Amino acid sequence: MPQLIDVLGNPVENPWLSLAKDATLEEVRQSSDKLLLLPFQLWLAEKAALLATGKTFGVWLDSDQSCELLAGDLGLLPLVALNFPTFMDGRHYSSAVVLRQQMQYDGDIRAIGDVLRDQLFFMKRCGFSSFLLKDSVKLEDAQRGLRDFTTSYQSTVEQPEPLFRRRA
Amino acid sequence: MYRYDNYDQQMLQDRIAQFRDQTRRFLDGELESSQYQPLRLQNGLYIQRLAPMLRVAIPYGCLSSRQLRKLAHIARFYDKGYGHFSTRQNIQFNWPKLPEVPDILAELAEVEMHAIQTSGNCIRNTTTDQFAGVAPREIEDSRPWCEIIRQWSTFHPEFAHLPRKFKIAVCGTEQDQAATQVHDIGLYLTRNFTGDLGFQVLVGGGLGRTPVIGQVIREFLPWQHLLTYLDAILRVYNREGRRDNKYKARIKILVKELGIDAFRDRVEAAWDQGRDGPATLTEDEVRRCKRFFTDPPYESLPDHNAAVAAALATDVRFTNWHDRNVRQHKRPGYRIVTLCLKATGSAPGDLSAEQMDFVAELADRYSFSELRVTHEQNLVLTDVRLQDLPALHAALLREQLATPYTGLLNDMIACPGGDFCSLANAKSIPIAEAIQRRFDDVELQKRIGEITLNISGCMNACGHHHVGNIGILGVDKKGEEFYQVTLGGSSDRKAALGKVLGPSFAQKDMPEVVDKILQVYLARRTADERFIDTYQRIGIEPFQEHVYATTH
Ligand code: SF4
Repeated sequence: MPQLIDVLGNPVENPWLSLAKDATLEEVRQSSDKLLLLPFQLWLAEKAALLATGKTFGVWLDSDQSCELLAGDLGLLPLVALNFPTFMDGRHYSSAVVLRQQMQYDGDIRAIGDVLRDQLFFMKRCGFSSFLLKDSVKLEDAQRGLRDFTTSYQSTVEQPEPLFRRRA
Repeated sequence: MYRYDNYDQQMLQDRIAQFRDQTRRFLDGELESSQYQPLRLQNGLYIQRLAPMLRVAIPYGCLSSRQLRKLAHIARFYDKGYGHFSTRQNIQFNWPKLPEVPDILAELAEVEMHAIQTSGNCIRNTTTDQFAGVAPREIEDSRPWCEIIRQWSTFHPEFAHLPRKFKIAVCGTEQDQAATQVHDIGLYLTRNFTGDLGFQVLVGGGLGRTPVIGQVIREFLPWQHLLTYLDAILRVYNREGRRDNKYKARIKILVKELGIDAFRDRVEAAWDQGRDGPATLTEDEVRRCKRFFTDPPYESLPDHNAAVAAALATDVRFTNWHDRNVRQHKRPGYRIVTLCLKATGSAPGDLSAEQMDFVAELADRYSFSELRVTHEQNLVLTDVRLQDLPALHAALLREQLATPYTGLLNDMIACPGGDFCSLANAKSIPIAEAIQRRFDDVELQKRIGEITLNISGCMNACGHHHVGNIGILGVDKKGEEFYQVTLGGSSDRKAALGKVLGPSFAQKDMPEVVDKILQVYLARRTADERFIDTYQRIGIEPFQEHVYATTH
């Protein structure tokens, strides 16, 4: 089981069942799970029918999918997961920033996919709040990764005041 | 020069600790090489043809004598005794050992230097005009702005894994020696009609496989909005830039595919978010950064010196050097001196550890301990007293650093090419050397006059061949090294891309080809025309006729 950690690096339970990219409405209906993490297209296509099931949903986006299409839905979604097909695909750093700053999303933003320790610090600063670690990543390494740097220059989601406004 | 405070220094220390650990994990087999690769690249470390190559940033080209001594030490202790200045205000070491690289970075940190983001798909070292702050008639000193951009771009969390590398140049002088228009973003400092300072912003320029001159995305961006606007451009690029094909991943392709107007609309929409937010620059911050770039304690001196006048009247060697390598300074009685690193027989941009120590000494003695590196791969002493020129010249002569060719044919730009670089199609250095040998004559160089000749060993164009008046590109023809020639390129305010002359040439023919090109120019030019002017007047055909009539 991949380890899930929160923004402080604490291991947390993962109650969400994640459905694959080609999942169907039928699978949702038949699932006995209450918390389902749905592929983005399924959510967009079947929103009304999904909500009628009475379950709670999160949505996961691939790196080429645009979070703006969730405008209006965010209040219904306690979790948005952003998938990194490879850690070198950096599009979702911007998605997280857009979700937080532009769309005012305050639910959980989770990094999934190729989530390695050396990117955790940057993800955290862009507004990710949980991380589903790749199997190969050890918990204590991930915790260290979240603390790679003591301070940073830019204005970010995590710390909107840039260093130049904080410098003593 | 900018000096680090505790914050800057702490970030550097954190980075070294992080990279030391990454390298250890790689050497212990905990980190796969595909995972280590982007990490080492963002610390300037390539695996080259013969050994790793470490690229160290010289932020916007400013270097102190203390830093140069450290580079000399690194060249001597960790490398084979020399370094190579690149066209991007970086220095490259060609022979470091991988396990020692974290130690090298720690040594660099002692003098506030680093290799952060000198490679990889991230925002690279910001470059600028080498005469910033000392040029006469400057619009505005670009250095404080470069420092502001350096801090913004260093470990920017959102833009650490872009589709491709990203280069920014800033220019505040009339001439533009920074090749500003062939950068992903080019920033010209400018004033609007009410006298407020801001930037003209260009986007989508670049060399490489698809050379493009940048287009204006915004005529005037007030300085306060610099960082929020950069954030907006980068965000659009990060999200929409192509990632399916490495050769189409630069921002220039996105700008081209969308068109500048549609691209601008997207940037404006993204900018709406950050505009006037906390990343908006403050007067305080700009003042703080400017404080690091105030004038050194200049003396008030006359702008005339009898000894220099006498030397100019009697000493031909001094005069030749003075004509080419000494420039007007904003202060009377001071001069800007270029050390042309193009002595025939040494690779363009290479400097030995001994020469580095020697130049550091000269900077201490003659130029307030500061110097610059240029994108033409030369060094500059920015603040030399007029009266010191004869002594400085004599000292430079002793170390083969008085080559009187700045801005002339033999002051050519060349990438490391096939001798070092694993991406090369062909060698660059031997071509440069063969041409330099053929034309190594002061009178001949003077007669040819101002010209740029740029050589790249492959399409990646590290030698900026597209924007050389004469450009030379190494190509592979059935496994043999050939060279394609372009004419008419230029990288100043009137930037232009060179046109291909015709079929490529064998290595041995290259000096002859250059000679033929110059014959046409010398025969056809009018009194004061530079090569580029003649070319623009007569076009490429006369050159084609002459070159191909006789060599093929
Ligand atoms: S132009 Fe090509 S050969 Fe030259 S340094 Fe760049 S990648 Fe290497």
